[in-house]
Amino acid sequence: MSAHAHAHHKESFITKYIFSQDHKMIGKQFLITAIFMAIVGVFLSVLFRVQLGWPGESNSFLNMFLGDTWAPDGIMHRGMYLGLVTIHGTIMVFFVLTGGLSGTFSNLLIPMQIGARDMASGFLNMLSYWMFLLSSVLMIFSLFLETGPANGGWTIYPPLSVFEEAISGSGMGMTMWLTSMTIFVASSLIGSLNYIVTVLNLRTKGMKMTRMPLTIWAFFVTAIIGVLSFPVLVSAVVLMLMDRLLGTSFYISDVIVGGEMMEQSGGSPILYEHLFWFLGHPEVYIILLPALGLTSEIVSTNARKPIFGYRAMIGSILAIAFLSFIVWGHHMFITGMNPFLGGVFVFTTLLIAIPSAVKVFNYITTLWKGNLRFTPAMLFSIGLVSSFITGGITGVILADSALDIQVHDTMFVVAHFHVVMGMSAILGMFAGVYHWFPKMYGRMMNTKLGFIHFWITLVSAYGVFLPMHFVGIGGAPRRYYDYSVYESFDGEQLEMIMDLNVIISIFAIIGAIGQIIFLYNFFYSIKNGQKAEQNPWRSNTLEWTTPVEHMHGNWPGDLPIVHRWPYDYSKPGADEDFIMQNVPLKDGEEEH
Amino acid sequence: MIFWIITILTLVTAAQLMKAAQLSRKISNKKEEDISDSANNWNALGLGLFVTGMLGSVVYMLIKYGNGLLPEAASEHGQQIDFLFNLNWIIVFAVFFLVNGALFIFAIIYRGKEGKKAYYFAHDNRLEMIWTVIPAAVLAVIIILGLRTWNDITSAPSDSTKVVEVFGEQFSWTVRYSGEDNKLGYADYKLINGKNPLGVVTPATIELGISEMDKTIDKLHSRLVSDSTGTVMFSEAKVHEMRSRMEKFMRIKERIIKMKNHYTAEKLVVANDDFYTKSELHLVVGQEYQFIFRAKDVMHSAYFPHFRAQMNVVPGQRTKFKFKPIITTKEMRITRDNPDFNYALLCNKICGESHSNMKMIVVVETQEEFDVWKKDNTKKAIAQK
Repeated sequence: MSAHAHAHHKESFITKYIFSQDHKMIGKQFLITAIFMAIVGVFLSVLFRVQLGWPGESNSFLNMFLGDTWAPDGIMHRGMYLGLVTIHGTIMVFFVLTGGLSGTFSNLLIPMQIGARDMASGFLNMLSYWMFLLSSVLMIFSLFLETGPANGGWTIYPPLSVFEEAISGSGMGMTMWLTSMTIFVASSLIGSLNYIVTVLNLRTKGMKMTRMPLTIWAFFVTAIIGVLSFPVLVSAVVLMLMDRLLGTSFYISDVIVGGEMMEQSGGSPILYEHLFWFLGHPEVYIILLPALGLTSEIVSTNARKPIFGYRAMIGSILAIAFLSFIVWGHHMFITGMNPFLGGVFVFTTLLIAIPSAVKVFNYITTLWKGNLRFTPAMLFSIGLVSSFITGGITGVILADSALDIQVHDTMFVVAHFHVVMGMSAILGMFAGVYHWFPKMYGRMMNTKLGFIHFWITLVSAYGVFLPMHFVGIGGAPRRYYDYSVYESFDGEQLEMIMDLNVIISIFAIIGAIGQIIFLYNFFYSIKNGQKAEQNPWRSNTLEWTTPVEHMHGNWPGDLPIVHRWPYDYSKPGADEDFIMQNVPLKDGEEEH
Repeated sequence: MIFWIITILTLVTAAQLMKAAQLSRKISNKKEEDISDSANNWNALGLGLFVTGMLGSVVYMLIKYGNGLLPEAASEHGQQIDFLFNLNWIIVFAVFFLVNGALFIFAIIYRGKEGKKAYYFAHDNRLEMIWTVIPAAVLAVIIILGLRTWNDITSAPSDSTKVVEVFGEQFSWTVRYSGEDNKLGYADYKLINGKNPLGVVTPATIELGISEMDKTIDKLHSRLVSDSTGTVMFSEAKVHEMRSRMEKFMRIKERIIKMKNHYTAEKLVVANDDFYTKSELHLVVGQEYQFIFRAKDVMHSAYFPHFRAQMNVVPGQRTKFKFKPIITTKEMRITRDNPDFNYALLCNKICGESHSNMKMIVVVETQEEFDVWKKDNTKKAIAQK
């Protein structure tokens, strides 16, 4: 078989860098867009952390960025505070950790790790990116509307999100939010379908499903979850658009908003919650699984040991994926849902802890008796496992409906999901960027700066979220502009909340500034980093058999043939401490 | 200004560090991907310091803030929740310390050394079994205990329970007591107006609803007429909007008129002994209360942190929650050593710009004190209108 016809194709600037159909370029486009969105998302959080740490204090910093409309005299507008919280959540959950994480690494790694020339459909892949970009632009643009961005919380519960009279952001801001999200879901669906088809059909010879790296398993299962759950969000959004524009009453019943008596009757806001969380909960795993997949690969490579319990890891990914569809009700224990149904969701939710625990123990056993090489990627992966433990166990409290009564919708919940989902996935994403940077740009990122970035990030992330648990247990609701309300109840309580909030805000600011080091390292190394070797980490997977310089079709000659699983590190009897997947088994050698 | 200074300083620092790192790499002739033993040792040291600091800070905060400084639960079921909470915390903290500890200790012990070879250990079914079964067993305990408490809390109220309605709107709470018959009068959102803030149904409030609706329609009508007489000019779109609003109110009015037939005489008197207040929620210590929640505009959530109670307040439907306060405000003030302490009712579901100001003071007192308060004129009886 000769090299792919595209390999000699002459490309113009536009087809190579802009409307590219090459999976590697599209992966990089996703990454750069996600980095930009992450800068915005993190910056918004710094703005509202300033408000929470030093509420009511005039701050020229706020005035500089929010202007006289949203921060007159340097004091943040209440509506804008909620807008910042809402858009921060939306950007981080969807644009950075769904679009950014899956988009970057599924695109970059799926074809290269399974031995394919490209994605099943290059055109759809390109379309997926451009719709992602369009939705990102719309979401950012909504920050600049005269009436402010959507500000009913990222879960946009009706009726608040339906009536402009209830909150100003539910006007044009919410319309743009809904439009942007619809386009985003379309992008995500196209992408996911492409990933599924590629993994199923385009594996190279010898690449059995049970020889796929765990990264591919994670991306594959993530894509399936996405395809099954995202359409439900679209239906929720479309029904909401109808309630907003056509006067239907899917979610609305018997309300008087802004003094105006509405005619709509018979709908239920709880219906929206069911639809939203039917996506919303699997979404957590859409974010987490790719990060865990990247980590599996990085931990194994840098421990110079096979990942422990490969089949158990696949089994737990599948178990998590299945269970993720039957746990959404744990977001709704106190909505007035039938208590028996609540009990069922307690059971299914706590079941998820079992495959999660298996994964954690397998990571830890992979470290045992290893020869750990602390690259920045490895350090970030260890950070991920730690935050997955820390965030996971507080989930046990929240999944217990009786305990959820007390902590539901408090800062405890915010701390929990930021640790288990936000922090884990971000650490995993950083790990992925450091590890596969040579594959993306043919150069190495600077290791020393990577170390500094890791330590600042880990310490400040824990510094933000550990105290936040105590704020929440202390009865501090989330989405509060300030906690002055406690003045009428308990001064001591207020003092504790305020003390901890200052600490949290300081760590948040330090953490945000620390990311500048990463940005510098990333963009500087694209042009000036040390030139990468073909297989710098001495890794087993197929992407390291491709040439350093990118080319259409990935391999100059024939596609590689796979003879073994991807985790033959430090195998007894081998000369080196790694054996690549395309190396045939020796006589009498057992696969694993 | 400070923002720019810090940003630029960090950038400059990053650039200088990069230069130094590249220079030292050149001198030592090392590549980025070569992680020296000393780098491994330094990072292992970092991991050790970090895990000590992290676990230590949790212990410190536990000692300093404990249960988030919330006083002991002031309700019967709340004490059950606190017990369960503490039990779960023991499990959670054990796992937190042990597993995080194991992760970091392994990472430190097995840090890389030049020439060392890792131990090839791909799988072990017995180990896999152990860490599937142990979490499953622990979770079974958590689930059983949790569901027992949950079923207790959500069980049907006892016969001696008193019914109280909590009504949420942007951004205040109103409470309605069910009076002598312990039944809340019927309510309908169409009857809500300035004089009937809860929309309670009585013959008088139905008439009031009709006349209020007439006033609204008349006002719209006269504005429309003023347009046709040439004193004000409305755009065609505005006229259309006002017409359709007028028609909407006329339809609502028709529905209110139909309520007269819908509500039988005995249904219409249930509300007569109800009374409501916007000032404070007063509860009698040792009395079980069944709270019925209703909302006027958007979702709210009635959050009583000191009683470990919370329920969403959803427009268009009624939700409920029951609890029995067991510690009076006075007793709690003594325990807290704070004469200004009050029990709180907060809103815990984002409901608009002033969400964080939506609150009500809850007072738990003896029956005698409650009776005195009841005579106070800040409460309004429904029947008086």
